Amino acid sequence: MAMTHEQALEVLAADRGQRVVVTTMASIGLWPRISDTPRDFAYMPSSMGQGPALGLGLALAHPEPGVIVVNGDGCTLMNLGFLVTMANTPANLFVLIIDNGLYEVTGGQVTAGAGHTDFAGLARSAGIRRVYHFDSLEAWKQGAAEALAGTGPAVIWLKVEGKLGQQTPKPPRGMQEQIGRLQTSLAGSS
Amino acid sequence: MLDGPSVAAALQECGVTHVVWIPDSHLGAWDAALSHAPGITLIRACREGEAIAIAAGLILGGRKPVVMIQCTGLFEAGDSLRNFVHDMKLPLFLIVGLRSHMAAQKGKVADTCPQFSEPIMQTWKVPYVLLEPRHVAADLAAEYREAQAEKRAGAVLLAE
Repeated sequence: MAMTHEQALEVLAADRGQRVVVTTMASIGLWPRISDTPRDFAYMPSSMGQGPALGLGLALAHPEPGVIVVNGDGCTLMNLGFLVTMANTPANLFVLIIDNGLYEVTGGQVTAGAGHTDFAGLARSAGIRRVYHFDSLEAWKQGAAEALAGTGPAVIWLKVEGKLGQQTPKPPRGMQEQIGRLQTSLAGSS
Repeated sequence: MLDGPSVAAALQECGVTHVVWIPDSHLGAWDAALSHAPGITLIRACREGEAIAIAAGLILGGRKPVVMIQCTGLFEAGDSLRNFVHDMKLPLFLIVGLRSHMAAQKGKVADTCPQFSEPIMQTWKVPYVLLEPRHVAADLAAEYREAQAEKRAGAVLLAE
């Protein structure tokens, strides 16, 4: 069974452990209904495509608990070079690529990579060793615990259903409040 | 004169933990010194906006990075700079190689980098100073310390 974006995130929530979760774009509108702790960081306002790089810096600063960045396919396409940086800079970082083939928050226009870009292949070719691909809810449920266990870097490519008629998401709270909550939560961690 | 060993030593004294960079031909000569500087980790990024984002994450996590790039990369990195300095209000510090500045002072270059670098910094509202060959690493360190003390972003443009 194909999975919805929300179903993909629900599985993530069950297996994320204590890791920081950085959400981007459409995930920002869904994630607070699933999890809204100080370790959930909605990267908005953002510079589109820079979520994984932000997560890398944070993961380097805090190898424990580590960081999961929930990125879109459009965001990933904006900064593909990051996969190479990620491979070259070992960190406890997990990048989820939520691939719906659309720029969902701008009205559902197809991306340049829709339907033909192999994100797992790109990640492997960049030098990332832990790469996973799940294109059904059942497979993601079965594989999530393993994919999210251990130490990054890892890339997890999830194929989800596109959804039209979406509005631009809003973060659950202002940026400065988010930063304060996150930093307090991480105080004392390595 | 600013060179790799003196800059690396100055950054160490400032407590800088990471240098996130994409070198140009001038900064590239500092590679060995930065790579071997105790207490400093050199991170090699693929694009300048990405370098700024990595530094932002490090700052968010309590570390003290600087970003080293060429002005051409600064031009590319505008949205990243806007977001992390102005939306997130992070005290980012950049060391930017200003390509062809010295030749432009003598009227000997067609390169347009000197024409745009300072206006770009002013447009993005990042306080900066221009360091020329007569300056030393202590001048760079002073700018870094001042920006950190004021909890704001800052930059030095290195005349090349």
